[in-house]
Parts: sequence; structure tokens; C-alpha cells
Amino acid sequence: MDINLVYMVLFLAGIIGFAALNAAYLVWVERKGAARIQRRTGPSEVGFAGLLQPLADGAKLMSKQILFPDGIDKPLFMLAPMFAMIPAVMILVTIPFGPVGFGPFADFMLVAREMNIGLLMIFAFASVNVMALLLGGWSSKNKYAVISAARAVSQDIAYEIPMILIAITIVMTTGSMHLSTIVESQAGGFWNWNWLPLQGNLFGPVTFIIFFICSLAETNRAPFDLGEAESELIAGFHTEYSSMGFGLFFMGEYANIVIGAALTTILFLGGWLSPLPASIPFIGAPSVVWFLLKMYLLIWTVVLIRWTYPRVTLWSLLNLAWKIMIPFALVNLLGSAALIKILPMLGL
Amino acid sequence: MAGYFKSILTGTKSLVTGLKITQAEFFRKPITLQYPHEVLVMTPRYRGHIQLVKNPETGTHQCISCGLCQKGCPSGCITVRGEKREGVKGKVLVQYDLDFTTCSLCGQCIENCKPGAIEFSLEYNLASTRKEDFHYDLLARLEEQK
Repeated sequence: MDINLVYMVLFLAGIIGFAALNAAYLVWVERKGAARIQRRTGPSEVGFAGLLQPLADGAKLMSKQILFPDGIDKPLFMLAPMFAMIPAVMILVTIPFGPVGFGPFADFMLVAREMNIGLLMIFAFASVNVMALLLGGWSSKNKYAVISAARAVSQDIAYEIPMILIAITIVMTTGSMHLSTIVESQAGGFWNWNWLPLQGNLFGPVTFIIFFICSLAETNRAPFDLGEAESELIAGFHTEYSSMGFGLFFMGEYANIVIGAALTTILFLGGWLSPLPASIPFIGAPSVVWFLLKMYLLIWTVVLIRWTYPRVTLWSLLNLAWKIMIPFALVNLLGSAALIKILPMLGL
Repeated sequence: MAGYFKSILTGTKSLVTGLKITQAEFFRKPITLQYPHEVLVMTPRYRGHIQLVKNPETGTHQCISCGLCQKGCPSGCITVRGEKREGVKGKVLVQYDLDFTTCSLCGQCIENCKPGAIEFSLEYNLASTRKEDFHYDLLARLEEQK
């Protein structure tokens, strides 16, 4: 068999494992982090420091009964959780984690299948996630779930626009939608990373923040978790889901956080490139460790944000997107286009 | 227009301040107790169910079986019985029962007690599925404490 295919299948299995492991242990990180922020201890009974808690939760979820309320649209009801998880795994397929693989696969890049329209594919599949929320809420024949689905859709539409506008800016400055090309174009020190304007991204840090906020809103995380505002809508779109139906929604959410952080790392923080000069051996070299370090730092920020800010209202949520982020992203797009023309004239 | 940019700047500043606070709290020590593993020392003024005071000199209770606690109890949850014995001055306490299921912890019994023979205990870990478990024989309880 072709070694390429073997590698792809192995990597795919690894990616699914990675997504599941992340989903399980990010819950632990989230609970433990929340506890420490509120000066509690958090999970501590199951295993050392509660480390086996995610496994116990998983076993509990899987052993529970799946309930189908009367009058629901059953095929859609069962399809929705899958739509939450499958696109997440599909996106992780194209995300490159590091420049080189391990062991017999040292010649390959640490990615299952990179494609030259990687960024486009990620946005295409990310929008399927909205459909999962819509179908989940709509098919469960529950008024809270329907309200939640409507909120989630208006929110995701509003936040996809600035996100894509900024992604277009990055594509313009690097001239590629190929994710590893985008990373390689940021080589040569951290001042060349896209979050600073040196590569032609006019409002570098601002776009980085906007993109990060949008990735939060896209994944329906606090403070943008209007879709599952538990104080108003019970549990939002997954009110009627039990057992692994709920479990898949949950895993999908955490997989989407990983994707959002990984994408932000690739587009703005130089992916697997080291912030230190290349002359320093080992830590100066690009490696998957740098990628994971940046990614988990962003994920920690996401967790911190959840336990810091109260939930925004739908009104201020849409205000933030339409009045602040979209104008900024548009101006940045135009300004960057001008800057790309001017920079070569200055000999940069 | 100036208000627009100002609101963005002040908003960003307050968001960063919030993140700083939570991150700082993260590194501080938890202040909660892990209850079954760690317990607080109960404060001396806690009102648990009543118990007989042990006199450190004689090693026994100070009750004179006057029955004022029983008479003063609004819930009628105390039963005291004393009997006359040969060669002993006053009555000897033979029974002191407390039905804790109806006790309201008002403390009338303790107020009424001239010799100061009863006090509030510091028991707070009471739980049972049978109400008979809350019918205490305080004399036997005093014996156990010895």
C-alpha cells in the first residue's frame, strides 16, 4: 500500500483521538480553572486531582438512555449532534500541526491531508456547525430550543463576516490559502508574524483580537453563549438531548475551541515557528511543541474569558459585530490592500 | 464619532482589567474545605442537641432530677425520672431521655437548670433514615463519654 495513504489513515485516527482527548480534558481544565478562579478546589475525588473525572463522565454519558420526546422530527433530531462533531473532525484533518512528523514518517508534515484551499475548506465546514445548532433546536420541538437556535444563527452569521474579512486580509498578504504556506510566510522572527503589521496586515493586533473574538462567538462560548443561556433557555438547543446526543454537542464545542485556537495560531502567531532566533539550538527551531504551546495558551485565554465576563445581551452582541468589528475589518482590508502596494515601493 | 472610539478604548481597558483579576485569583489558595476530608472546629456557641455536663471532679453528671427542664420544654421532648434511694440525699437520676425529632433548640431547659447540669453539644453530623436514632438516652451517652 502507498505509505502516503497509511500515514493519512493513521493520522486521521490520531486526530479523532486528539479531538476526543481534548474534549475530555479541556472539560477538566475548565472545571479546575473555574474552581481556582472562584477559589474552590474543583474535581478532586476521582483519581489524583480529579484526573479520571472526564472518563467517569464519559462512561456515565454513554450508559444513559437516549430519550426521544413526543412529536420531534426524529431523523433531524439524530442528525444534529453528528453535524456538530463531524465538521470539527473534518477541519482538524487539514490543520497542519508541525513541520515534521515522527518516526518512520519524518519526511511528512504533521498533517493528515493538506490542501491548497485549506482555509476555504475550514470556513466551509465551520459554517456547518451553525446548521447543527439550528437543526438541533428546530427538530426538538421545544420553544426554548427554537429561540436558542434562532439566536445562534443570527449570532453566527454576524460573526462569520468579520472573521472571513480578516482571513481574506491574511490571504491577500500571504497570497495563499494553503495553511503551511501561510505559516512559512511568517518565518524570520516573531516580528514577521501576522499579528504585527510588518507583513502588510495594517491593523495587525486589532485584527488578531477581532479574529479571536469571532472564533469565540463562532464556537458559542461565553460571553457569547446566548444559544445556551441556561438562566433563560434551560440548555438552549440541546435541552432535549440526553446521553451521547448531548455528549456529541459537548465534544463538538470543545473540538471547535481547539480549531479556533489552532487557526488563530496559524494565521496570526506563526504556527509552529519559534519566537526565538533560529541560531539557538533546539528551542529556536520550528516544532510542533511551539504550535501546541501557542494553541493551549489561546485555549487558556478562552477558559479565562468564560469565567471573567458575564453573558452579553443579543442586542450588544450584534452591536459589537455590526458596528465595531465589521467596519474595522473592512477598513483593515482596504488599508492592507493599499499597504501591500506601498510596501514593495519602499523596498520592504 | 469621538464617543465611538472612546467607548471601544474604555471597553477594551475594562475587559483587560477583568482578565487580570481572574488570572490573579487563579494563583491564590482555595478557601473552601473538602467537607468529609476536612472539617472545621465547631464554635463553642453552636447549638447542637442537649447533653449532660460531666463534672470533672466527680466524673458524673450534676443533675438533681428536679424536672424543671421537662416542665419548661415547650415541645415536651424531655423525659426525666429520678428516684429516692437509701442513704442518698435528694433524688438519683435514673432516666434522662431526649426526643430530638421535636426539639426546637430553644434552650429553655438550659435556662431553667439551676445546677447547670445540661448544655448544648457540638454535634452537627446528624443523619439517619430512622427517627428512632434521634431518641437519645443522655445518661447512657454520658457513660459512653467516660
